[in-house]
Amino acid sequence: MIDTAKFKPKTVYVIYIASTQEQVWQALTSSEFTRKYFWQRDVELEPKPGGAFALRLPDGRVNVRGRVVAYDPLRKLSTTWQVEWPEEFRKLPACLVTYELAQAGEAVRLTMTESHSWDVPDAILSGGRSGWPAILSSLKSLLEGGRPLAIAMEPPKEMIEAIKGLR
Amino acid sequence: MTEKPKFVYVTYIASTPEKVWDALTKPDISEKYWFGYRVAAEGKPGDLMTATSPAGKLSHRDPIIESDPPRRLVYGWKPLEKDKPDERPSRVTFELEPFKGQTRLTVIHDEFDEGSKIYAMISKGWPAVLSSLKSFLETGRALESSWSEEDRKSTASAETHA
Repeated sequence: MIDTAKFKPKTVYVIYIASTQEQVWQALTSSEFTRKYFWQRDVELEPKPGGAFALRLPDGRVNVRGRVVAYDPLRKLSTTWQVEWPEEFRKLPACLVTYELAQAGEAVRLTMTESHSWDVPDAILSGGRSGWPAILSSLKSLLEGGRPLAIAMEPPKEMIEAIKGLR
Repeated sequence: MTEKPKFVYVTYIASTPEKVWDALTKPDISEKYWFGYRVAAEGKPGDLMTATSPAGKLSHRDPIIESDPPRRLVYGWKPLEKDKPDERPSRVTFELEPFKGQTRLTVIHDEFDEGSKIYAMISKGWPAVLSSLKSFLETGRALESSWSEEDRKSTASAETHA
């Protein structure tokens, strides 16, 4: 197993969703939902610590591959993320993405934490900082109104430049 | 080097910048999603943004710094409630951008001193308020968060004992 203590939180995003923990959990862990709000990616998840995790593109290529680090149904899911596509992103060290769910009144508070094990520059963090609000806004719209948002975006230019500079 | 606290939050709303602007500046709309708070923020730089709690107490009376409807709004931020820490005013910036028929709303709350307690409070508060705003504009139903319930109870009890 990886040493999660080495990973420090760098980006945290909190969103409240008028839904149940069951539904939010299902939306995070089932490809039937992720392909609607997560830029058409299918999530693949072996539901146990140490299990395999992947995000797959509609054409079958693997976008992100990782391992399940924490699996506590309805409450917490933590996986490592190694980006495999686009190819130049393979230089990035794996990060850790953690979802935590809690009941907050009639809503669910979803907290996404992206943690890194190295001194990651802001230019590289800009990818997650622009992407997560779009993905999680779309998830909220999907669960509350039945319709995801139309948000497509490319990785920020500064992120691509910073990755080119990595050894 | 220690950086001064700065809060940044982005949300995408299936609505127009005009409707998001109205929701941020008109008290009759804000009270429906901002957990009962009436926030009035229409006006020119130098005019006042005011906010009134559900119990009718004035909780903000801050200067509008910039106003460019429906794109950009900046105002000062100093909570007036007696139970809130007495710190120098901070600053809130709203940026509204049309994005494929939707609105990308960015809220930047900065100009805090290091170790600010208000910063810790607003970091919890904005995600709840902006989640509720998004729900309200998209579905017509705002959120009730446990955070707002606790806040309301403490406001109510403070007034009972006043």
